[in-house]
Amino acid sequence: MPETASITTTGTASTATTGAASGKVTDAEFPVARGCPFSTPAEYEQIREHSPIAKVRLTTGREAWWIAGHELGRAVLADRRFSSDRRRDNFPFVSTDPETRKQLQDQPTSMLGMDGAEHAQTRRALMGEFTVRRMAGLRPRIQQIVDQHIDEMLSSEQRSADLVEALSLPVPSLVICELLGVPYADHDFFQGLTGPLLRHTTPPEARGRIQEELNTYLGTLIDRKLTDPTDDLLGRQIAKQHAAGTFDRTSLVSMAFLLLVAGHETTANMISLGVVGLLQHPDQLAMIKNDPEKTPPAVEELLRYFTIADTVTARVATEDVQLGDTTINAGDGVVISGLAADHDPTVFTDPDRIDLERGARHHVAFGFGPHQCIGQTLARMELQIVFDTLFRRIPTLRLAAPLDDIPFKSDAFVYGAEKLPVAW
Amino acid sequence: MRIDANTDVCIGAGQCVLTDPTVFDQHDDGIVMLITKHPEGEAAHRAREAVELCPSGALSVIEEPGDS
Ligand code: HEM
Ligand code: SF4
Repeated sequence: MPETASITTTGTASTATTGAASGKVTDAEFPVARGCPFSTPAEYEQIREHSPIAKVRLTTGREAWWIAGHELGRAVLADRRFSSDRRRDNFPFVSTDPETRKQLQDQPTSMLGMDGAEHAQTRRALMGEFTVRRMAGLRPRIQQIVDQHIDEMLSSEQRSADLVEALSLPVPSLVICELLGVPYADHDFFQGLTGPLLRHTTPPEARGRIQEELNTYLGTLIDRKLTDPTDDLLGRQIAKQHAAGTFDRTSLVSMAFLLLVAGHETTANMISLGVVGLLQHPDQLAMIKNDPEKTPPAVEELLRYFTIADTVTARVATEDVQLGDTTINAGDGVVISGLAADHDPTVFTDPDRIDLERGARHHVAFGFGPHQCIGQTLARMELQIVFDTLFRRIPTLRLAAPLDDIPFKSDAFVYGAEKLPVAW
Repeated sequence: MRIDANTDVCIGAGQCVLTDPTVFDQHDDGIVMLITKHPEGEAAHRAREAVELCPSGALSVIEEPGDS
């Protein structure tokens, strides 16, 4: 391992530094873009080899602590002294676009950005909607949605498609429509907005307008469900609040919007990358084609391997915190790099290898601690159904472009593919 | 061994239920419910795994006298 003198590390007493005064960082700006889906940035390893934590410069120009070890990462994510509140001054946003940062900061606080008792209360009000049992009840409908989209793919004369448009984006979008209770007649309208909202190429101003339009739509939908109750997530939340005399339209809109954003692009990107990962490992793919029992552990491994939401798990210290030799000062930003944690060789043997039978579920692809993904059971199920169905129904599926030509979202908040040309 | 669940901190992620539905279940509000406090054999092994996986620290293992 090469000397990386430019990284401030804290593994040994001699290099231990504290607080904002410790200026020296690696030349690299963090997060470092992934070269391709099958490589993790070398800088992550450089940090980890010295210490699981180092001070780095972010692409925004600010400094933050970067945590690259699995154990420390989980500990910090479970530690209440670190806040998720995006309105805090030094919150380590990673988007370089000021407009996007402002949008993130100005969003009405959803559970993602809450702490402590307020977070617990908000999450608990919604938790029952995501139980393992309730999610299992959605399975037949999700299977149907996936089958319909594969029918459409198969009916095309060209025997080729952009998988992102044909499957990865529409499936989770429709699943969220069903979950929230967006009426069937509005699905096209809804998808027409969420598509560009999540598309990387949409300019921030346009995204802001779409967000407003969606919020208006969700508000109207909530009003309709208030007068005309429906048995779906939004309907039940409204009824519950109404009965308790706590009906709060603004918070319901913000919750619906959070579910929409948190559950759409993430799942879509995992579908695309999972397909790439599987196609690049044909021997392992054959295994899951022959035995659907192998799909759940395969999904875990793909989640770990790609850990697409690398930097979503970011926090601000609310008081001075001692982590080993390192003192984190109150107000310091901390990024708990999920990708680095999930490629920590002390926890995952040969971490840069995809091993669909690894069976490791202690990855942090869904985070850890009180904010761990509320939609994880749903996401797992969607991914299992998609991979099983896609390769069973289109066994000859292949990439229609060399890996190098596939546009991966190298600078995106959530890693994924912009387009995925496939053929069969 | 005995499994203990602190329902005050559970965040309903369902990791435990996915790990072993013969030991763990969820109430309708998402909060963990123990089907048994004393899993045995394979189930005991998986219950320990669930304790490791639980994101909220709600689950713990208590070793009891006579455990082998
Ligand atoms: C493969 C797909 C997904 C990935 C990789 C993913 C990843 C994550 C991560 C890393 C967090 C933790 C953020 C933090 O600690 O600050 C999170 C939280 C969250 N996710 Fe997911 N997610 C996925 C799918 C979904 C789906 C399908 C939904 C809902 C329908 C969803 C809804 C949420 C919500 C509401 C939170 C905030 C929870 C809280 O703050 O307590 N996610 N997700
Ligand atoms: S894994 Fe932990 S937090 Fe999740 S439901 Fe079980 S006890 Fe609750």
